[in-house]
Amino acid sequence: MEKTVNQKAWLLVLPVLVLVAFSAVIPLMTVVNYSVQDTFGNNKFFWAGLEWFDEMLHSERMWNALGRQLLFSAIILAIEVPLGILVALSMPKRGFWASVCLVLMALPLLIPWNVVGTIWQIFGRVDIGLLGYTLENLGIPYNYTQHLFAAWATVIVMDVWHWTSLVALLAYAGLQSIPDAYYQAAKIDQASRWSVFRYIELPKMQGVLMIAILLRFMDSFMIYTEPFVVTGGGPGNSTTFLSIDLVKMALGQFDLGPAAAFSIMYFLVILLICWVFYTVMTNLEKRDGVS
Amino acid sequence: MTDALTIKAPAGARALPRINSSAIVMTIYLVFLLLPIYWLLNMSLKTNQEILSTFSLWPRDLTFANYMTILTDSSWYMGYVNSLIYVVINTVISITVALPAAYAFSRYSFMGDKHLFFWLLTNRMAPPAVFALPFFQLYSSVGLFDTHIAVALAHCLFNVPLAVWILEGFMRGVPKEIDETAYLDGYSFGRFFTRIFMPLIASGIGVTAFFCFMFSWVELLLSRTLTSVNAKPIAATMTRTVSASGLDWGVLAAAGVLTIVPGALVIYFVRNYIAKGFALGRV
Repeated sequence: MEKTVNQKAWLLVLPVLVLVAFSAVIPLMTVVNYSVQDTFGNNKFFWAGLEWFDEMLHSERMWNALGRQLLFSAIILAIEVPLGILVALSMPKRGFWASVCLVLMALPLLIPWNVVGTIWQIFGRVDIGLLGYTLENLGIPYNYTQHLFAAWATVIVMDVWHWTSLVALLAYAGLQSIPDAYYQAAKIDQASRWSVFRYIELPKMQGVLMIAILLRFMDSFMIYTEPFVVTGGGPGNSTTFLSIDLVKMALGQFDLGPAAAFSIMYFLVILLICWVFYTVMTNLEKRDGVS
Repeated sequence: MTDALTIKAPAGARALPRINSSAIVMTIYLVFLLLPIYWLLNMSLKTNQEILSTFSLWPRDLTFANYMTILTDSSWYMGYVNSLIYVVINTVISITVALPAAYAFSRYSFMGDKHLFFWLLTNRMAPPAVFALPFFQLYSSVGLFDTHIAVALAHCLFNVPLAVWILEGFMRGVPKEIDETAYLDGYSFGRFFTRIFMPLIASGIGVTAFFCFMFSWVELLLSRTLTSVNAKPIAATMTRTVSASGLDWGVLAAAGVLTIVPGALVIYFVRNYIAKGFALGRV
């Protein structure tokens, strides 16, 4: 759509600008403020320059959290994206069962995040949970509060349970936009199931899959509540991801300076990914034309 | 109907393997999704004694006592009321400010519009953990700590950008000629917007409201940080119970089931827009 140039449109955007500035810019400036100052309490601050950034860049704790975070995001993407595509391909195309599938699949997405944690906490317990009880009786040692592997497995399966539907729903929306003529042409050419997927479905899903991957990466990168409820970051620090570590530092220990420096670096990473996301989105719209 | 089925049967048999594999994948996936939820429901209908003493796949001794505990104890049910209050305030604020902004983004180009749109996106993607501490201090210093409005405003951080993006996605589907015709007919902007334009994108507004509601409802970190007693959300009430006694599994499960209900009720109406909403109005 051709857009008219009109500077007065700023007036329409103004309320959003004021509101978001209040809830985003002011807090962010506070963080910047803390990140360059030090305090001995009593609200007396003095200039510390880039000291905190320097400290955080050399802090093993932060690098470990970042490493765990990247590993976690990589694993869940590697599971959720193929699984989501598989599920989307298996969904009924239309009719009553398509609605049933859509509603049931969307259910985990609407559950408050700490309830997701609670569900898996209960589900995985050896004494009262179906999963833990079954595994225990099969002779597999499983205890997510003590074993590193069990804790990771639980957190990952929980995230797969929680968010695979998002990938599936987006992929499904992409599949729905493929005209029937494409499939008929493929049938005439006697294309195999694989080549239909490879040359028709996958290219058509490419755009939505990019969005799905970026959204999942972004949201898994700031995951907090679910692992916090299930494992509390443990055993040890083995499931302490970036957000959990940051909250521990800022609200638990009130280490304002390091926490603020940490926040800013965290935010810069997010900003970078966000920019990739935005570029992908706008390119997608240019390519498809305006919907 | 039955006749048609019996005649078709041989043809159906040949296509059977492919259909079956899809159905099997789908069934396994849905069972995987529903099993933990079923388990929660199962636990919520048992007595604590049964939960801890016997392991059963369904409640032998069906009880609604856990739900009664929640619905009669004000420290429990006020959690739901508090959550609902700030969620509704947040949804109203988000939609109200996002409507004109989304219209501006979808219709006009103006100085810095692309940067502004991108900046909004960064707020949707910002980790709440980064904002928890500054929010706490900001709202404490202006005396809004532990009020519903504080949580509602804090959730605007990600809901306003979300609302702008989704609404913009819907608005660009409305041809611009409609606006121009209305202006030619002598409609003022305000009258055109409320009388003609908003009814046209009513479904979009509904979907946006649903998503604002949902994201505010599922969020815990900010709402827990910004409240202590008066505006304590149900999510925080639940975590407190886990850490304090850690024993009342039945009530905990019942509280969990009750938090799923609001989403589950409206999900049917937005089922075809869920992908669009999660993808911020794109797709």
